[in-house]
This record gives sequence, C-alpha cells and structure tokens, in this order.
Amino acid sequence: MPVHEPWNVERANALIGEHAGREGPLLPILHAFQEEFGYIDAAAEPLIAHALNISRAEVHGVATFYHDFRRTPAGRHVLKLCRAEACQAAGGDEIAARAEQQLGIAMGKTTADGSVTLEPVYCLGLCATAPSAMLDGRVHGRLDDERLDALVREART
Amino acid sequence: MNLRVFVPCDAGAVAVGADLVARALAEAARSRKVALDIIRTGSRGLYWFEPMVEVETTVGRVAYGPVRQSDAASVLDAALGDGAHPMRLGIAAEIPWLKRQTRLTFARCGVVDPRSLDNFRAHAGCRGLTQAVTLGPEATIEQVLQSGLRGRGGAGFPTGIKWRTVAQAQGPQKYIVCNADEGDSGTFADRMIMEGDPFVLIEGMAIAGFAVGATKGYVYIRSEYPHAIVTMQAACAAARRGGLLGRNIAGSSHDFDIEVRAGAGAYVCGEETSLLESLEGKRGVVRAKPPLPAHHGLFGKPTVINNVLSFASVPIILEKGAAFYKDFGMGKSRGTMPIQLAGNIKHGGLYETAFGVTLGELVDDIGGGTLTGRPVRAVQVGGPLGAYFPRALFDTPFDYEAFAARDGLIGHGGIVVFDDRVNMAKQARFAMEFCAIESCGKCTPCRIGSTRGVETVDRIITGENREANLEVLRDLCNTMKFGSLCALGGFTPYPVMSALTHFSEDFGAVPKRLEAAE
Repeated sequence: MPVHEPWNVERANALIGEHAGREGPLLPILHAFQEEFGYIDAAAEPLIAHALNISRAEVHGVATFYHDFRRTPAGRHVLKLCRAEACQAAGGDEIAARAEQQLGIAMGKTTADGSVTLEPVYCLGLCATAPSAMLDGRVHGRLDDERLDALVREART
Repeated sequence: MNLRVFVPCDAGAVAVGADLVARALAEAARSRKVALDIIRTGSRGLYWFEPMVEVETTVGRVAYGPVRQSDAASVLDAALGDGAHPMRLGIAAEIPWLKRQTRLTFARCGVVDPRSLDNFRAHAGCRGLTQAVTLGPEATIEQVLQSGLRGRGGAGFPTGIKWRTVAQAQGPQKYIVCNADEGDSGTFADRMIMEGDPFVLIEGMAIAGFAVGATKGYVYIRSEYPHAIVTMQAACAAARRGGLLGRNIAGSSHDFDIEVRAGAGAYVCGEETSLLESLEGKRGVVRAKPPLPAHHGLFGKPTVINNVLSFASVPIILEKGAAFYKDFGMGKSRGTMPIQLAGNIKHGGLYETAFGVTLGELVDDIGGGTLTGRPVRAVQVGGPLGAYFPRALFDTPFDYEAFAARDGLIGHGGIVVFDDRVNMAKQARFAMEFCAIESCGKCTPCRIGSTRGVETVDRIITGENREANLEVLRDLCNTMKFGSLCALGGFTPYPVMSALTHFSEDFGAVPKRLEAAE
C-alpha cells in the first residue's frame, strides 16, 4: 500500500527546488507532488506558479489536463482495470461490471470506507494476457472471476 | 559453474506471476542446495507460455512454460536431471512460433539481461553506433534513407527524411525525442523493447543524435508503463557509465545524453506535437503543422521525434547496411514489422516478420484463432483509431498501402481479435467515447464531434430515426476525418465507419432476406 505524507509547504518547496532547474519542469514537479502527497493540493498551484514564474492558470490548466493527477487523495488502494479494446475482447466488460458490483461503486469512485478507488485505465500494454489490472502499481493479467475476487479482497484489507 | 536460469521481468510476464516463479525457483534451489543463477530477461513474446522459464544447457536454452509458482520445484528437478517435464518446450530458439519470425529489431529481446550493458555488447550491441561514427553523419542518414525505414509509430513517414531535415536545420541546440507513449490498445512492442533490450533504443537515439547534431535526447514514456520507466532509467545510467552516453560517444567527438520523462495518462500525448507540448510542461494540446517539429520542435528547436521501434530498428540498419534491411518487405513497406497479436487470441504475443504477411495468416495460422475457441468475427488493426476488418478482408497483406486501400491502417502494428459475441455497434460507440475522453479539446470536430458521435450511435442502437441518424453519423465521421487537426479526431471515423460498413447488421439494419421471412 502506498504511504503518503500529509500536504506540507516546506516539503513541497523542497520538491520544487529539486526539479525547477530542469527543462520543462512542470510535469516532473506534479509527479513528485503526487508521489509524495498522493494528490496535488490546490495550495500547490500558487507555489509552483511563483517558483517557475508562470501564471496560476497555467499550472491549474496542466494539473487538470492529465488523467493521472488527482485533486483529492485516492482511497488507500487504487485498483485500475483496463477498459480498452484488447481487454474488452477478452471479457473485460464482465470483469469491470463484477468489480463495480463487488465494491458497490461505479468506475472512478472510492468506497465509502476509503479503502479502494476503482478506476478505468486505457491500456496497460498487457494485451496478450488480457484482461488486465493494476493494483497499487502491481500488474495482473489473465483476470477471471476468481483472480479478480482475490484482488478485490486484497484491496479491501 | 552455477546452473543458469532465465525468468522474464517483462510486465506481461510479471502480470501472470513471473516474480513469484523466480522466487519459488530460488527457494527450491536453496532447499536442494543447488547453486542457481537467476537472470531476469525481457520476454520472448510468446505470452501464452508466460511465465516462460529457460534453463541454460550445453545444447542451448531449454524452455518451460507456462510455469506456475507451484511448478517451480518440478521444473528445477527436470532441469537438473535433464528429464522430461510436461511444460518442457524444447530449445527456446527452436520453438516454431519463434523460429518462423525474422527478428531484426527484437533479436535480443528475451535473450539478454536488460540491466547489463556488457551483455548487450556481447550480443552484437553498439555495432550500429560504431559503424555510424565510422561513416560520419551524412552517410549515416543516407543509410537510414536507403533502408526505406518508415515511422513505426503509425504514421509511416520515412525516418531518414525527418533526420535529414533536422540535420539541415540550423541552430545551436537540437533534440532527439523518443515517443514511448504507446497508448494504442493491442500494442506492447515499445514496452517489450524498453523492458527487454533498452540499450538498443539508447543506441538508436545516440545514432540519431550523432547524425543530426543533437546533444540531448528525451524518452517520453507513458505512466502506465512503470516497469519500462525503471528499466530505461537504469539503462541510461549504465550507458553513461559505459560510455554509450555522455561525452565523446563511441570514440567520436560528439556528446549525447538521454533523460527519461513520464507521461501523465493522456492518450493524445502519443501525437507528436502534443507530446512535445507535454515535455515542455504544458497541457498536451496538439499543435497545428506546419511548422514541422523538424524545424520547430521541442522548445522551438529542430527536433527528431520518432517512435521507440523506429529508433530501435536503426542500429541493425547501420550494422548490416541499408540493403540488408530493405531486402525484407513489400512495395513501399520495407524491412520487418514487430506485429502484436492481442485480445481474444490463442497464441498472443510479439511476432516480428517482413511486411507482406496476410492478416488471415496472422490471425488464424500464427495466432491460432480465438482463445475461447469461437469463430473470429472481427479484428481491429492499428489501435483504437484503426479499422475493424471482417474475415472477408483477411487476404489483406500487412503493408501500409494495402491497408490504406481498404480504408484501414496498420498503425503501430497491433491486432486485436474478437470472437462472434462482439457487438460492433457497441465497439463503434466505444471508439467515439474514447475520442471524447481523450480529446485535447483544441479542434471542434474532435472535441464536439466525438460526444455527438456517442449520442448518435446510441440513437441508432435504440432504433430512433435509424436511417436519418445513420446519415448523421456518416456525415459526422466525414467532418471529423477531414476537419480534425490530428489523428485522434481524424482517425476515430476508421473504427466507426468500418464497423458500420462491414457489420451493418449490428446497427439494427435487418438483412432484407430475413425481413421478408418475418
């Protein structure tokens, strides 16, 4: 399970300092924030804007453009199910429906107890061992009901 | 000497338990007091055999697969006694599915240790770069031009022409950018190379840097590929230590270094101008062309931007010569293509072969039909923007022009197989839905058209003014195809229109004969 630090301005400024000298530093900074804090806090935007000498609107625009960047923390576990064509062809629709039903949430939502966030992903590149999933960064292929149920159980703990 | 065992660390193999198998093998060796070296390699690409374990013997590497965690001990016993085992597949390189291929770009993938530059050199690595340095920049570009290599990302633009344009551009700073944002469903060749033979990509980019006079390279890898990101970062560090990157590469007076950058989950960043925007730290919004990236690319500087497979094919072209590479293929599609067989398929994986093999051979013969054993009804070639082909088009040869002539595309070489339970109206709807989710929003046909497309397909499915809405859908596709800025909006009509053309019965159009019978 990924462990994140609570939002912290000093730590945020240190992370900005690590990347600010790179060419095109904004994405590396946002990735670093998400890795450290689990999401991009709204308070991060003015900090980054000031450090890179760009507008808050620019930072906001970038942070909201990419699917990866969260504006609020995810559940303790993130279960991503591939919803793209190769997985669809191999029974991915049924797997996704089963996951939604077992967790009692729709794709893109977090369970009420905050244990699991269920998300679609459009291709993990595991298309010859479909359907596939990623639980907290670990990949799983050839999902069937049994393997999915095991993942859901693991995510719930 | 210790017994040497090879277990893939490729994400596709790990997803079906390769790490667990490696651990179980180590444990079994410990309990038997056997000295065992476990070497993690990339995948050979025979995914139905993954996790595929190979054991070094005097006659070659003997493969076993698919090995589960619980089989590790028995596989080890069989290997130690050279005895029979139900999973024993014989000498890996002699497996017919592998032997029938022409592995040029993927020659080392699944064979070598992706973390070892020495291992790469021992398997003929770096020879292309050495040859390039001997030839000089101009002759290097000439070799790439003469080889007929076309962009393997999907657009099929001649790689040598891109390089020559950048070489001729003036400026103190030029860039080499590798597009590793392999977002097409059904494709995984880039991932396999980065995880299995990362140094060949580094070598290809270094050759490009040397040829066009660029000192800095970026590999932009999608965040959905964490294993590839880690492997490429480690390989770049090893290449720096080993003199493949850094100052005076391969004994030349040219400096070249590479930095790995992670994408952030935007499919559209696979489009080259959008990728450049993203690297610059902006929203991944498509740029209008011209100016071309070759003139005005990353940070406005002349930039070579190529797909992973394009760069990875360059070393062998330099090593063996343009004529060797060009000798493979058909028509204007020269060389080999790493084709990816995916979806509901019995023998899914990476099949590199010369252009010209037919779609039917790939799906029925090489792929073995569906995994479910049901009839193949449709195959989508070239990712989410590629057309759906019915069996009637299975005689189409794998060639850029032949697919285009049948309103399809080979794209990045992915083939997704569907059985007879597929609903093609649903697939057409998904194509529009995916475009709506991933549109960068810059141009109207893509941004608005995709959402209107979903609504229109929904109306057709529910039978609301079917004929009129089919006409709206055709018109919309036409607008998107000719009015969009990039391939996302421009090619989404391919899956939609091909589904409608070849599988009209799924859109509620009842065949006349059946209608009369009712």
